[in-house]
Amino acid sequence: MNDTLANTEKKTAYILTLPAVLLVFSIILFPIFANIWISFKEVELKDIRIPEPRAKKIVKSISDEPSKIKILYKLRNSSLIQEIRDVSFQDNFPKTFEIENLDPRCSYKRQNLKCEFGNWPAKYRENFQVIFATNDGSKIDKKNLKSIKPKLEGKSDNILLNTNFTLKNFKKVLFENEFVDLLLTTFYYTFFGTVGSIVFGILTAQMVNQKFYGRTFMRSVLLFPYVAPVVALAYTWELLLDPNSGTLNSLLLNYQIIETPINLLGQKYIEISILGFDFKLRLALTTVIMFEIWRYFPLAFLFILARLQAIPKELYEAADVDGASPFQKFFNITLPQITAVISILFMIRFIWNFNKFEDVFLLTGGASGTRTLPINVYQQGFAISDIGMGSAVSIVIVVLLLMFMFFYFKLLGKRVDEN
Amino acid sequence: MRTKNTILFSLISTFFLIFLISIWKILATLQGLSINSFNIEIIFIFGFLISLAHLGIGDRIKSIYKSIIFSSIFVFCDGYLIQKLPIWYNVGVFLILYFFVNKISKYTFIGLKEEHSTQVILFDFLTLFGILFFSFVILFPFYMMLVTSFKTQIALLVNPLDFSINFGQDIKDLFKSYFVIFKSYKFGKYIVTSTIVSVGTVVITLIFAIPAAYAVARLNFFGKTFLSTSILIIYMFPAIVLVIPLYTIFSQLGLRNSIEGLLIVYTATTLPVAIYMLQGYFKSIPKELEEAAILDKLSWFGIITKIIIPLSIPAISSVALYVFMIAWNEFLFSLMFLDNPNSFTLSRAIQYLSGDAETPRQYLMAGSVVVTLPVLFIFVYFEKYLVSGLTAGSVKG
Repeated sequence: MNDTLANTEKKTAYILTLPAVLLVFSIILFPIFANIWISFKEVELKDIRIPEPRAKKIVKSISDEPSKIKILYKLRNSSLIQEIRDVSFQDNFPKTFEIENLDPRCSYKRQNLKCEFGNWPAKYRENFQVIFATNDGSKIDKKNLKSIKPKLEGKSDNILLNTNFTLKNFKKVLFENEFVDLLLTTFYYTFFGTVGSIVFGILTAQMVNQKFYGRTFMRSVLLFPYVAPVVALAYTWELLLDPNSGTLNSLLLNYQIIETPINLLGQKYIEISILGFDFKLRLALTTVIMFEIWRYFPLAFLFILARLQAIPKELYEAADVDGASPFQKFFNITLPQITAVISILFMIRFIWNFNKFEDVFLLTGGASGTRTLPINVYQQGFAISDIGMGSAVSIVIVVLLLMFMFFYFKLLGKRVDEN
Repeated sequence: MRTKNTILFSLISTFFLIFLISIWKILATLQGLSINSFNIEIIFIFGFLISLAHLGIGDRIKSIYKSIIFSSIFVFCDGYLIQKLPIWYNVGVFLILYFFVNKISKYTFIGLKEEHSTQVILFDFLTLFGILFFSFVILFPFYMMLVTSFKTQIALLVNPLDFSINFGQDIKDLFKSYFVIFKSYKFGKYIVTSTIVSVGTVVITLIFAIPAAYAVARLNFFGKTFLSTSILIIYMFPAIVLVIPLYTIFSQLGLRNSIEGLLIVYTATTLPVAIYMLQGYFKSIPKELEEAAILDKLSWFGIITKIIIPLSIPAISSVALYVFMIAWNEFLFSLMFLDNPNSFTLSRAIQYLSGDAETPRQYLMAGSVVVTLPVLFIFVYFEKYLVSGLTAGSVKG
């Protein structure tokens, strides 16, 4: 009795979870594996359309002979590169129709014209013509004839399904295209974006944790950049930073802080000298990182604020009794209490910044030294139209991600052991 | 010790005052005033003197008179003698000074003798500074977006610093950009598409997620722990690595440029977090209710619809709002899957608009306002629900 109950429970559970599991696996897990497959192939964007046999039906009446009709089929292979094999053709006609000239490839039985066209090479075209006559001499309804569509079928290789593999994509990704530079850019972007957003998150959380007028309002305002659509924000920033008539440059010029406008999103390097040391700052990358920080520090803020509000008040009261200064309280009570949250945040933000595509794409499109790995996936796959290369870059991303996760869980495991 | 504290206090408060006045000057410049210098030296001297004078006078004058006197002196010197600027600017300066003197009025000579007093002062002013700084930095782009959408191309090019809006003009001229994007660029259609996609995603996600979350929360079955951990790990995988395979498959199935295709992808990407959030809440519902229902021979469908859903309206609404926001803001998949203007979502439409270098920027900003307003409105109105969603599902983004 108990056994059957457990069995029905299992069954119910599988029924309840199956739809969700199937959907998630087919849309998320399957593509990750499909990437591996595609990355070993030479596929371009134009190859992925499956070739189709097509026919355009043109109905022409023959002058002087109203009971006869000429039907022209413009046949073609839709693909410019691939062959279609064993093309078969079918079309239906009204009952009174008799065929006049039967092509040797075709047969006409029960008002049904059937043809076997054999193999069509790429770019194949043919004008195929049949003439019909009505056996009772009645007038032909051209519209009705046109509305019947011919059916065509054929076999073709799906370039994605054949077993030709190549290592070319990975060779190209790893040894050409300045792979090291790409990795470094991605790393700068990810690391500084993450650290910056956490630092600002700590500052703002500490700030909102104090009592002041308009505190709840401030909390919502701080979350605005995180909840607003990235498209709107990116274009607003672009206008703000525009070198010709952007607000920021105009303001700086107006107050004589700079003499010529700075192209914050379009200039790769800027020379800066501090204390006699000249060095080059990657300007566009820095701007993009600033946007990143601006947009994602609210998340860190939200997390850290929740943690701050859970710190027992007694700790601070005890510190007050001991005569601790505000800075001592911050470094000795607050900071140790939020390190756990910070480490989780660091990992989450690191992984997500590492994968961030939209922000950089919308701001610079990957120009001026802001090309990160995700941008490269897009550029390879869609700008250069090399699907195989794009997949190979995706695989690099996945491998790096798995490495991060592995190290993170190892570190996390160690910390759990220590406690 | 006391002199050092006094000087430090005056310095900190003066820097705060300089910051306040500078922000006010920037805002005033953006209303079309020509202010070409922050005059930091003068404000520094005045601020320092006011701080010192405040400490010196102490309680001898009622603080309200003190504030008014200091503010008037400052406004008179700065506004009238040095820069000839309109009244509203000087009123603003007066209010800032009034606020400033009020803020420093709680610090006294006696207070400065206490331990850590400079640190306390520094902390206080840093908080104040932070509030203003972050409000400015965050709200400014939104303000710019809104104002630019009301301007004309010529006005923007002639003086990019003039953010003032002429409310005297005809409503039609004022909202011209909005009329244009709705008429010539079919934004009405894009709003409908975006709404259908977002609401559809919410509905389908909930239909799939509620039963699954219930099973994970309540039932015992083989692979349960695997399922609940893999949900979160799957969620960490980025959209960018899914794009190429999905693009090829969707092209071959003819799902590109279709709302169905977007719905499938959005649902799949939001399902893990929806299940995760819901199962956490379902676990907190007392089991006894369901046990009674099982005795009444209610099927699992009955249990979910009659007991679980009515009891978890708050959690379901927060999931719904969160999913809606993700779907509404989503950009990557709509960029990849939609290239026919007839099936664009709002985000994709704005990106398409910006691709044309000829598009005037006020149209772009009007479009941005249109896509941003619903989200901000929902966020402000349902903040309580959304914040819990954001914290639970924060791995996204």
